[in-house]
Amino acid sequence: MIPASFDYVAPRNLDEGIRFLEEHGDDAKVLAGGHSLIPLMRLRLATPKYLLDINRIPGLEYIRESDHHLHIGSLTRYADIEDSLLIQSGYTALSDAARHIADPLVRNMGTVGGNICHSDPANDLPATVLALKATMVAVGPSGERVISAEEFFVGTFETALKPTEILREIRIPRTRAGTGSAYMKLESRAGDLAVAGVAARLTLDAQCTCESVGLGLTAVGTKVIEPKVAEAALVGKKLSDDEIRQSASLAAQEAQPTSDLRGTADYKREMVRTLAARALRRAAERTRGET
Amino acid sequence: MSRHRISVTVNGNKHEADVDSRMLLVHFIRETLGLTGTHIGCDTSDCGACTVILDGKAVKSCTVLAVQADGKALFTVEGLADGRLHPVQEGFLEKHGLQCGFCTSGMLMTSYWLLQRKPNPTEEEIREAISGNLCRCTGYVKIVEAVQYAAQKMSEMEVQS
Repeated sequence: MIPASFDYVAPRNLDEGIRFLEEHGDDAKVLAGGHSLIPLMRLRLATPKYLLDINRIPGLEYIRESDHHLHIGSLTRYADIEDSLLIQSGYTALSDAARHIADPLVRNMGTVGGNICHSDPANDLPATVLALKATMVAVGPSGERVISAEEFFVGTFETALKPTEILREIRIPRTRAGTGSAYMKLESRAGDLAVAGVAARLTLDAQCTCESVGLGLTAVGTKVIEPKVAEAALVGKKLSDDEIRQSASLAAQEAQPTSDLRGTADYKREMVRTLAARALRRAAERTRGET
Repeated sequence: MSRHRISVTVNGNKHEADVDSRMLLVHFIRETLGLTGTHIGCDTSDCGACTVILDGKAVKSCTVLAVQADGKALFTVEGLADGRLHPVQEGFLEKHGLQCGFCTSGMLMTSYWLLQRKPNPTEEEIREAISGNLCRCTGYVKIVEAVQYAAQKMSEMEVQS
């Protein structure tokens, strides 16, 4: 299977890329790791007229911490997220998620930005960045635009990015003391997309009271879901297993699964309840520096 | 459709060719270069039979465009033996790490990549590394033993040299 005809363009810098998109944005797709896009093109489910390969643009692969944020360049590969000590120590939900994407060969090519911009509700990173309260930094003809994760994911394969914009960076609030996070995924076979997945982030004060909570649900809706009722139920509460179970039940109610080959809607909802409780417990352990 | 002049170092030798924008790297390897040791298994980015090393990383060459390899170094199964079998090849031979052999070149390349990064992998690390390479004969036990053999052999060679 070979993709339909297209013109390939590889800009050397972002400006060149944006200029190309200004002219051809509606007919172009951005190629990052290509491990969702190229299979779709081979199946002729995607037939862009132009492919804009951003892999030749230097300076888009990085992981670094500043005073207030963790900054991840959009072209950073899953393998680099998986291996990063900085991410393993402070942003563990991300390393959990990266480790469960497809297989090591795919992770050598696939990118954080691509996973997010593809906006497949079954991808693992949308739920993770949602739980971590990330923002997306897009570059377009009029400069940079910062978009919250909540606004960014619009629907299946649909984001808030304009046809003339390229995602440059994912920005995550810097981890404070008392914060822990985790991602739990159920897959029916190794390397498969999730049946369901839950990302959780907790910040606890010295008395174990939840200062803030972030949750994200994978593969149980037409887009990634932030279960806000489940989050709010924990804020201000002293963390206990009862509270965790209650929040997990609320998250299951907020899921909008449909029945498909990976399971029935009821089964998936039940899995959200289980995975949410496990993710919250793991995140709580990690607030105390346990792995 | 655009055409592109690409220059790729393949197993140490430089090759130049004109390719269509939509040509996949695996077709470039098999059809343009005639290196048919790299196999096409599933056509859906799942099976890993087409695994090659691109600039030091194991990748599925059915999911990369030939034009993306421009200026890069490609290492295929044909490059493994250097007068004599590479330890990973020897391991698959000695431990009978194959039945039909279709997945073998991909298995060899992934194993080679793993051992470059982790010279003494645990069984779990080996199984994780080859989780994107499917053996439909389901001979994973022997494949794991083959990789362990290669790791042992490579560490002995390291000591000797």
